[in-house]
Amino acid sequence: MVPHVRVEGVTKRFGAFAALDNVSLAVEQGKLVCFLGPSGCGKTTLLRVIAGLETQDSGRIEIGGRDVTPLPPSQRDFGIVFQSYALFPNLTVAQNVGYGLVNRRKPRKEIRARVAELLTLVGLPEQTSKYPVQLSGGQQQRVALARALASSPSLLLLDEPLSALDARVRVRLRDEIKALQRRLGITTIMVTHDQEEALAMADRIVVMNRGQVEQVGSPADIYARPATAFVADFVGAMNMFDAEVAGPGRVRIGALDLACGGLNGKQPGQRVKLGLRPEEVRVRGVEAGSANAVPVVVELLDFLGAFCRATLRPAAARDLVLRSDFSANAMRDLGIKEGQTLTVGLPPEALRVFDVETAGGA
Amino acid sequence: MTYAATVVTQETRRITAEDVVMRVAIVALVAFLMLAIALPLATLLSKSFQDSTGRFVGLANYVRYFATPSLVASLWNSFWVAIVATVIVVPLAFLYAYGLTRTRMRAKGFFLALALLPLFAPSLLSAISFIYIFGNQGFLKTWLFGASVYGPIGIILAQVFYCFPHAMMILITALALADGRLYEAAEAMGTPRWRVFLTVTLPGVRYGLISAMFVVFTLVVTDFGIAKVIGGQFNVLATDAYKQVIGQQNFEMGAVVGFVLLVPAVVAFALDRQIQRRQVALLSARAVPLEPRVNPLKDTAFLFYCVVLGGLVAAVLGVAVWGSFITYWPYNLTLSLKNYNFAEFESNGFGPYFASLHMAAIAAIFGTAIIFSGAYLIEKGQGFASGRALAQLLAMLPMAVPGLVLGLGYVFFINAKWNPLGFLYGTIVLLAINCIAHFYTTAHITAATALKQIDNEFEAVSASLKVPFYRTFARVTVPICMPAIFDIAIYMFVNALTTVSAVIFLYGASNKLASISIVHMDEAGATAAAAAMATLIVLTALTAKLLHLLLDRLVFGKLQAWRRR
Repeated sequence: MVPHVRVEGVTKRFGAFAALDNVSLAVEQGKLVCFLGPSGCGKTTLLRVIAGLETQDSGRIEIGGRDVTPLPPSQRDFGIVFQSYALFPNLTVAQNVGYGLVNRRKPRKEIRARVAELLTLVGLPEQTSKYPVQLSGGQQQRVALARALASSPSLLLLDEPLSALDARVRVRLRDEIKALQRRLGITTIMVTHDQEEALAMADRIVVMNRGQVEQVGSPADIYARPATAFVADFVGAMNMFDAEVAGPGRVRIGALDLACGGLNGKQPGQRVKLGLRPEEVRVRGVEAGSANAVPVVVELLDFLGAFCRATLRPAAARDLVLRSDFSANAMRDLGIKEGQTLTVGLPPEALRVFDVETAGGA
Repeated sequence: MTYAATVVTQETRRITAEDVVMRVAIVALVAFLMLAIALPLATLLSKSFQDSTGRFVGLANYVRYFATPSLVASLWNSFWVAIVATVIVVPLAFLYAYGLTRTRMRAKGFFLALALLPLFAPSLLSAISFIYIFGNQGFLKTWLFGASVYGPIGIILAQVFYCFPHAMMILITALALADGRLYEAAEAMGTPRWRVFLTVTLPGVRYGLISAMFVVFTLVVTDFGIAKVIGGQFNVLATDAYKQVIGQQNFEMGAVVGFVLLVPAVVAFALDRQIQRRQVALLSARAVPLEPRVNPLKDTAFLFYCVVLGGLVAAVLGVAVWGSFITYWPYNLTLSLKNYNFAEFESNGFGPYFASLHMAAIAAIFGTAIIFSGAYLIEKGQGFASGRALAQLLAMLPMAVPGLVLGLGYVFFINAKWNPLGFLYGTIVLLAINCIAHFYTTAHITAATALKQIDNEFEAVSASLKVPFYRTFARVTVPICMPAIFDIAIYMFVNALTTVSAVIFLYGASNKLASISIVHMDEAGATAAAAAMATLIVLTALTAKLLHLLLDRLVFGKLQAWRRR
């Protein structure tokens, strides 16, 4: 695949603060890529640098194989949707969508046809003469999307497009945006701080932290094989323990001595971070003799609908806290209650090992 | 990588035609502000250090000023009169503002409008009224027990009337910013009312009170019209400046007086900026607005107070209007339009009135265009940050400069031998430019506030749609800001119509303004004709304001449907 957007060694400082620190990445043609990270990680700055709305201190930007570094936004080829939508309040829906087309001196009839086509595309065919204030948040969002797509740009930039909407509308719109993006095959970059949104929508996720790229990968990759403790902690829930390599295939967390895969190249005595997703904690078919069986006390149960998040304390190491997700089935079958003692399994292959150094951002 | 190194490697952005337009516009704005504000003030300042031949003499003029007993006496006179007026007007305005914001009294809108009336009149209208009331032939002359109104008494009375709305507006703003939960908390703890007032209300408005005091003090010290009309032999700074420049052609000493006048205004301005910053910080974003509760005794008491005060304000204005229709005060009290036959008192007849209208229209139209576009360039412009920062600084400067000082600066600047713009002297254009400069800051703040409320991404969106910024400015920004633009235009128009102090040095024979003609007719003893001209100005200003309100209703109610949900 040919990369449609290429970012090379981009650095952007605001005073002493490095918003982007030597960032390089490539976005493939026709893919939806999410920049994911906490606020202040540089994801929006990177999007604005690609758009030309911010000028980087150093580094290059290519769009469609063309070096656009010295070009102002108007000479780069992209459409953009902002969190605030930035719809012009004094113009109707049709005038908003056609705003950029009018300037290109196209015949009025052609513009009207294109506007109608775009509004049908985003599912608002009947609203042409309304003003933005008369629309709901989700409808305004769609108008902003239609406006961004009007000139058939090769690149679509979405800056937290869904975060101003309420939960239900958000879920519906994210499916629609994804379907639309697939249908048009338009290369899309979306900035979000919502990991669920990124996992659901993206072909590829770029996880950012402190102005740097932590990991690039498919959603499944990022979730299953986080490269750093930061990614592991930011994407999905994760138990994190300070641990020490005890021997070949063995780690020690406080008083717990556990079998562990993925210790390649680690020396006994080395300090590591150990991660375990709450849903990986086993509760069925665990016996005293099986691997990594740990007797625990159920301290707290948070009912979350389809499952319960339990706060467990190992009987042998009461200073540790282990969070685990128990399905409603398991809760019912095993009759789990607060204060109860039970034995859970921590599967050796599900324990993820991270270097202590990379845990800085977590 | 060090910061210095990143600057060196900064990518240079290609300059487009759009960037050129933007930069040329910013340069033009800075040039206008330099010519209209900075250079006249600089000329005034340098003049005060020169002798009549233009030689630098250091502080010699200042030494001479402070060695002249009559001039120092004026300084003292200005000072104490301003203090007395401040001490009277601020408490009066506070109670009035309190009634309008913190009670449930009736007809608040009416009483607000009543108190704002003096803003639509030249300052000297109130002086004329007090001459009718307490003057040599005043109908209530005996109430002064033999004291003369021509002097400090008249100045203070007229200033109280003139400054009342200015103080009241500041205090209304301060009183309106209250967190209702503080009052609920105090009440929940069983705090007595007087203690709530001392521990919650007063601390909440203390910055507003201080601000109001400084504004009133500065207004009184720098106002020219009132002291000129009712001051008699009582000299103050503002009349000194006029006498030195117009009477004695002593420009150097005029410059010194101008500079002395600048001092209290600059101090007040600097303090006010500090205070406003803190006032805003007082109210957190989560504050709940205070809803005053019904309290029949309190509501009635404040209604009574507002009837009396508002009635007095209307009465003072009314006396001048009434006086203007009296055939020959106090001998022939029949009403007639005789005093409106200005040709009898003034060589140009109605000329000054139309000159004023002409000048005010120019100031309103061009001033609004310059100020709003300027605010847009400063707030939303791209690139040339140093130019925009300089423009912002210059835009805030006029607030600290009394009109009289700016007028003096213009006289010296435009008449300087080296100035190629000298041909403008005495033209209506120069008068309009002077008014635009004089009232620049308030109008600029109005425009900037409106622009700040607009989504910052509009410029980014239009760039992504390949639409140049000036097109989005015309198609989106200006329509959205139309209410603010009308506010600025009407503010310019009314102030250009009523101002005396800024333009008194600048008019030419063919374009004497109405406000100046009032001064001259009064000087010549034609008080009734002066009152008539003042009445005409008030009526015109009020009509303009009413038209504005009507337009606001019609245009923004019907035509701009997009504002309604």
